[in-house]
Amino acid sequence: MIHVTDGGISTTVQDLGRQGHYHIGMPPSGAMDRTSHQIANALVGNDPDAATLEMTYKGASLEFEEDAVIALAGAAMGATVNDDAVPMYEAVRIEAGQELILEFTTEGARTYLAVAGGIDVEPVMESRSTYTLIGIGGYKGRTLESGDTLAVGEPSSNPEAAIGNVAPVEYRPNIAEKTEIRIVIGLCDYRLTDDSRAALCDVEWKVTPEANRVGYRLEGPELEFVEREQPFGAGTDPSNVTDIGYPIGSIQVPQKPIVLMQDAVTGGGYATVGTVISTDRNVLSQRRTHETITFDAVTIEEALEARTAAKTDLEAIRSHID
Amino acid sequence: MTTNNIERTELPEPRYEFGGDDHVFVELDEAMSFDANFKAMAITQGIADRNIEGMVEICPANASYMIRFDPDVIHPEELIETLKTISSEITFDELAWETRIIDVPVLFEDPWTHDTLMDFRENHQDPDRTDIEYSADLNGFDSVDEFIDAFVGAPHMVTMVGFVPGLPWCFQMVPKSEQMEVPKYVQPRTSTPSRAVGFGGAFSVIYPVEGAGGYQLYGRTPIEVLDVKQQLPDFEDSMVFPNPGDILRYRTCDRQEYDAIRKEVEAGTYEYTIESVEFSPEEFFESPHEYNKQLVEALA
Repeated sequence: MIHVTDGGISTTVQDLGRQGHYHIGMPPSGAMDRTSHQIANALVGNDPDAATLEMTYKGASLEFEEDAVIALAGAAMGATVNDDAVPMYEAVRIEAGQELILEFTTEGARTYLAVAGGIDVEPVMESRSTYTLIGIGGYKGRTLESGDTLAVGEPSSNPEAAIGNVAPVEYRPNIAEKTEIRIVIGLCDYRLTDDSRAALCDVEWKVTPEANRVGYRLEGPELEFVEREQPFGAGTDPSNVTDIGYPIGSIQVPQKPIVLMQDAVTGGGYATVGTVISTDRNVLSQRRTHETITFDAVTIEEALEARTAAKTDLEAIRSHID
Repeated sequence: MTTNNIERTELPEPRYEFGGDDHVFVELDEAMSFDANFKAMAITQGIADRNIEGMVEICPANASYMIRFDPDVIHPEELIETLKTISSEITFDELAWETRIIDVPVLFEDPWTHDTLMDFRENHQDPDRTDIEYSADLNGFDSVDEFIDAFVGAPHMVTMVGFVPGLPWCFQMVPKSEQMEVPKYVQPRTSTPSRAVGFGGAFSVIYPVEGAGGYQLYGRTPIEVLDVKQQLPDFEDSMVFPNPGDILRYRTCDRQEYDAIRKEVEAGTYEYTIESVEFSPEEFFESPHEYNKQLVEALA
């Protein structure tokens, strides 16, 4: 058992998400930065889909009732056990009775804590991911609070063997510096004027305080829509379309852009003008409020190449560990 | 000119668009019509039936659909080709299907949505009147009562489910000349009571949970569309109640009935009034009013 002595700012149990229910309005949820989540799991010998703790901006404090092997990946976050620093990207032992204290992230927004055996909560629709809006999955469907108790699953291999596993620096995601977010323009981009479509990728967008697991609201110049007679059913505002499904990562433009993330609203009536590629949704989820990002339009082939490159890095970490 | 049938819509060539590297969005039409919606339903059903490898999510929408897939299994270009083939194979004129007609009591102008809409008057299109007064006027009705009569006067079909789990978008089953249309809020509300019945564009909705929303608010239903704990008997198979193709028969109820139903819902014993019906689009298009009357009779 792990006893939560401080829940941090926003800590939830997440795995790789809940699939197959988007058509009833159920977003996938799951780790926002899937790369870091998978690295943390790999370091302690877990399957990629094992549940980790996703900690946003400031981590939790956790008292371990039994010996455990843990690893941290993602945003750099101060961590100590008995005043000794706990390194990032390394599998370490926590002894029974010890308290792991996690501090603020120093760069990036989200840090993943994997425990050998995975966080063991009851799956809902085959996933342990927390979806707080309707209170399902994870620990009681909510963010962790002081006093909560988490069970740990049975490790598939000897966790002792994992101790000392390290993810080589060259394969770790570049969380501190990457601010260029690649997108595929499309969906309903015909709604924007040529100037505004060009502006989307030319200007800097600032991450607002409303940037969370549902979506990242961005601040920047006003976008303009092509004038038209609105189609029946869309609604009168030029940003309105007849309600559509929203891809994860899609950029909708009620006016200022909102990029939908893992707890996305699954559909609605605002024009979407492009989609952040799967690889860079991990990158975006590490950007903090008040930081700036830019969008870079890529082709579908470039998006697929980026996906392959990210996968190769993850495989390199896994084979280094093995 | 008013017509008594539902005019068929000639759909344009579908637009196939990439949503990043792992989604494809297919727009069947920019405007809403039963033709576009039934086609979206038929194609997504056809895709599901073919068990194509790599499909993650198959999501029909009002006049479009969306696929989420694993690009490590199927290349996006190849998927689009497959979708085009399926689209050409669907013979949608033959369709008739089993569906449900469901009784949905609504307490119009209830105190809870009234409080909410009064809190958001400042940025509303019509700050001095309520949402329902504004909508009645905008659609040419002389009174709120006449507007409500029209709203409950013909059933609404669920044409899409989403936004959040369990929210049905419903399109009223009447000729276009009788369909109501209202704008969404200029600035979305930050709160909406759960079970609020709203309208935006040409769609009625029921909000499953308390939260943000941008549709005009008219009332509140005592019945749930989402039951996370699946305590109510009608939620045995899924925590979400509505399915695309369901037909909702909204009707007015008074406070007494509303409270009585709430008591049963909260006790986990309320059973929805549902009848199974065969829906024939051809017959419906031909004479919607008579056809609706037949459908609704199933509930009597």
